Amino acid sequence: MAISAKEVAHVASLAKLAFNENELETFTGQMDEIINMVQELSEVDTTDVPVTTHVTDAHNVLREDIAVKGTDRDLLMRNVPESEDGYIKVPAIIDGSEDA
Amino acid sequence: MNFETTVGLEVHIEMQTKSKAYSPSPVQYGAEQNTNTNVIDWGYPGVLPVVNKGALEFAMRAALALNCEIEQDIHYDRKNYFYPDNPKAYQITQFQTPIGHDGWVEIDLEDGSTKKVRIHEIHMEEDAGKNSHKDDGYSYVDLNRQGTPLVEIVAEPDLSSPEEAVAYLTKLRQIIQFTGISDVKMEEGSMRADVNVSVRPYGADKLGVRTEMKNLNSFEHVRKGIQYESKRQQGVLLTGGEIQQETRRFDDVTGTTSLLRSKEEANDYRYFPEPDIPPIHISEEWIEKVRGEIPEMPDKRRARYVNEWGIPEYDAGVLTQTKEMSDFYDATVNAGADAKLAANWLMGEVNAYMNAQKMALDETALTPEHLATMIKLIVDGTISSKIAKKVFKEIITNDTDPQAWVEEKGMVQLSDPAKLQPIIDEILDNNEQSIEDFKNGKDRAVGFLVGQIMKQTRGMANPKMVNKLLMASLNQR
Amino acid sequence: MDYFKNDLASLHTSLVNKEISAEELTKATFAGIKEKEPVVDAFLTLNEEKALQTAREIDAQGIDADNVLAGIPIGIKDNIVTKDLRTTAASKMLENFEPIYDATVMEKLQAAQMINVGKLNMDEFAMGSSTETSAFKKTKNAWDQTKVPGGSSGGSAAAVASGEVLASLGSDTGGSIRQPAAFNGIVGMKPTYGRVSRYGLIAFASSLDQIGPFTRTVKDNALVLNAISGQDARDFTTSAQPVPDFTQGIADGVKGMKIAVPKEYLGEGVAEDVKAAIKNAITTFETLGAKVEEVSLPHSKYGVGVYYIIASSEASSNLERFDGIRYGYRAPDVKTLEEVYVKSRSQGFGDEVKRRIMLGTFSLSAGTYDAFFKKAAQVRTLICQDFAKVYQDYDLILGPTAPTVAYGLGEKIDDPVTMYMNDILTIPTNLAGLPGMSIPAGFSQGLPIGLQLIAPQFAEQTLYRAGYAFEQATSFHKEIPVIGGQA
Repeated sequence: MAISAKEVAHVASLAKLAFNENELETFTGQMDEIINMVQELSEVDTTDVPVTTHVTDAHNVLREDIAVKGTDRDLLMRNVPESEDGYIKVPAIIDGSEDA
Repeated sequence: MNFETTVGLEVHIEMQTKSKAYSPSPVQYGAEQNTNTNVIDWGYPGVLPVVNKGALEFAMRAALALNCEIEQDIHYDRKNYFYPDNPKAYQITQFQTPIGHDGWVEIDLEDGSTKKVRIHEIHMEEDAGKNSHKDDGYSYVDLNRQGTPLVEIVAEPDLSSPEEAVAYLTKLRQIIQFTGISDVKMEEGSMRADVNVSVRPYGADKLGVRTEMKNLNSFEHVRKGIQYESKRQQGVLLTGGEIQQETRRFDDVTGTTSLLRSKEEANDYRYFPEPDIPPIHISEEWIEKVRGEIPEMPDKRRARYVNEWGIPEYDAGVLTQTKEMSDFYDATVNAGADAKLAANWLMGEVNAYMNAQKMALDETALTPEHLATMIKLIVDGTISSKIAKKVFKEIITNDTDPQAWVEEKGMVQLSDPAKLQPIIDEILDNNEQSIEDFKNGKDRAVGFLVGQIMKQTRGMANPKMVNKLLMASLNQR
Repeated sequence: MDYFKNDLASLHTSLVNKEISAEELTKATFAGIKEKEPVVDAFLTLNEEKALQTAREIDAQGIDADNVLAGIPIGIKDNIVTKDLRTTAASKMLENFEPIYDATVMEKLQAAQMINVGKLNMDEFAMGSSTETSAFKKTKNAWDQTKVPGGSSGGSAAAVASGEVLASLGSDTGGSIRQPAAFNGIVGMKPTYGRVSRYGLIAFASSLDQIGPFTRTVKDNALVLNAISGQDARDFTTSAQPVPDFTQGIADGVKGMKIAVPKEYLGEGVAEDVKAAIKNAITTFETLGAKVEEVSLPHSKYGVGVYYIIASSEASSNLERFDGIRYGYRAPDVKTLEEVYVKSRSQGFGDEVKRRIMLGTFSLSAGTYDAFFKKAAQVRTLICQDFAKVYQDYDLILGPTAPTVAYGLGEKIDDPVTMYMNDILTIPTNLAGLPGMSIPAGFSQGLPIGLQLIAPQFAEQTLYRAGYAFEQATSFHKEIPVIGGQA
């Protein structure tokens, strides 16, 4: 076992997903298999090998600081499950101190 | 046991670009909710970030002004966390390659000494939206602020008291204000501080375990927060307890702090390089171009005022507190005003007016050109200092040219000898007794004669010139 | 409209000569779709009313004789956002989602006067290789309705292969255009990363995703790619490279071309029938004058591991925005904010999406980042270097697109790792950002076999030239599947 049900539950909480016990068992088994598969990478010597995170030939792409009027609010609100008076509405945020 | 306090500050500053960091929607305060947003700000499916060159250059400016080295090969990173005001559920930031590092700021302490505070790094971030809360069990999200470009300035824990922390923030605010990238108004949230506090016994090598207070939005809160935390931590240690690494909430009503989140509950932000933004190389030429755009910093201006213009150290400090005042002062002197008089007027009448009217300098009608003209009129004797007060009131409330105004209102002093002499002669002719008295050594006679001349000219005669001409005439008789 | 008897050029001639109007063509297309859909199940949403209106507008303007695409219907994979037209990414999460803007490729297709007939089924959020993870329906392979169409662009491939449309757009993150093209016996192109704007493509893995066309012939494919390529100010990863006319030089042949066959692409795990077809293809290329040699891509076997870490990591972040707050599925009866998040996401996403989110979240976590994400990104560098080395001496790489022909519906869906290994031949191309194309290269058990050609970055023209030469020398593309008992 490369990963335990407890670890899977922790990862699920980071991802805002919930699994019941049966699902957790299935997912843990599958995650374990997948992790075993990807762990074959550990046999590759990557000493001093740089990472590749972009494969585009584009670089230094920047936009001039010019403001464009916002999108019509009613249009933006079209798909919002709950809104009021031009605000997006959510059940009360209890911990009001996430960082900026 | 005696303790020393160590303070580290992470300061967020909203940059006043025209458009957002990664979308072209406007950056603007006070707009109606959710009107300065677009699909990018909303994290709509399929959208991609478009990096604002202006925001990047502003961040470079801040880094250079804080004596940082610029990281020349940068990429952006994602910081992942769920929150209603964070629509993509990640912020685009610079985790691995902050734009600036290894800088410093020199702060002024109360005893007149200075201290160098090292800047660990400065990196770009984007602001979140705003949540407002009602009593109805709901929160209301406005995304106007979402994507406003921020810089976070991380200082090394070089500060050892609440006073030093405030001195650092004061200096930081001043420098950033002078760079022109932000109005750095704490009360409007364009400058916010996260404060780390730890204590250790005097002489101990290792820093103590630190606690963090997030998003303090006034110098007073910073001061009180540090004071409280330092005392609280000392109390815990003295009673045999241990400090836990945690985030604490500062209550501005009670001036105390309370546990918000323990280290175990801290978020795992899962940073990784932002794949939607290709890497950026910042060339030497680019750095120099941006360096050239940075206005002269306050310390340099202060030295210039003292050394070149002979302004007292204290006055030079007052004049360089804000960029507006300093720019105004420079422009006034450059428009031909006497440097000392200009300083006196700005620190005296102008400041008094701004305080009384609760106005910023740019909200008044005063221009450097008008102030300089008025000062020149005083120096060359065109107007009296009494008249000058009237002129000042006019030019600070209306966009009026002082020269034209004093002429139009007949406020110009009578200084022309050709015009004054006949009046003096007439007064002397009519006051033989006073001439006698003067010759007999009665100085009061001069005062009387001047009074008569001023009366005759309805107060417009230049007193200096009157004195000069009168004495000459008396001595001739 | 019998799309099996036409290509873009012949249809264009008919439109220009007014043998048929764009409106008639569109109507006929919908008639064909309605006839075949009960069997194929390729479409999730039809755009009939608006398509007909657009067709009438194009007719009113008159068909532009210089624009071969004018008035031609096209189908769109359902992860490409279409303004005012439901876009679901085949997920319950977006079941009722109506985008308020158009993807860049949609604007480009409109500028080219192509007619969007509807949105095509896919694996949920493009995660899958069989289109079976769709929350809505199971698309069938055009050649055998008990087999999968491949994925994730299974609907896009099946719609073209079954003659419902002449062209469609798909997206390819690890093989999602090429593998379904192979399974359905048609042409599928994944362009160079940065060639086509991703603005408006619902992101799966941002450093890998590319949009590309499905067609029945190589030349048609080049014509559609012409229309959708180019730098986009809204996608900073698009390239400033000039976009050539991809049909230019298409008939120049392969004489003197140097083609590399990686031995790893014909190793164990590749079925014998597939190997045989590829060996025949090599012979064909040699006959046409190309020089074919064996090479090695030593790190390609690690491609699947690298891919599943990187793609899942990026996906875990890209899919965080689906939180039930601004759009998309909101679970009923949620009382707290945490419930809004957790219930909406847990109910809105299917199992495969959850597996990838979990793997990605795990790979990026403090403590695992270095061993997983960073390690994968380093091995990715080695995979890129393998390709670069081969391209020093060769114009093209050739191999099979998929290790097997299409497998049975339901056969592999419960076995993620086996399913993942199925992408081993297509994944390295995405990791290196290279253009890759699948073209028909044979049949086995009545099912098509795909030949994969891979070129250096921005050398799509080389792919089309080689593909066209092969197509002209063979007749696999002329085979017509039997749909619901009718040819």
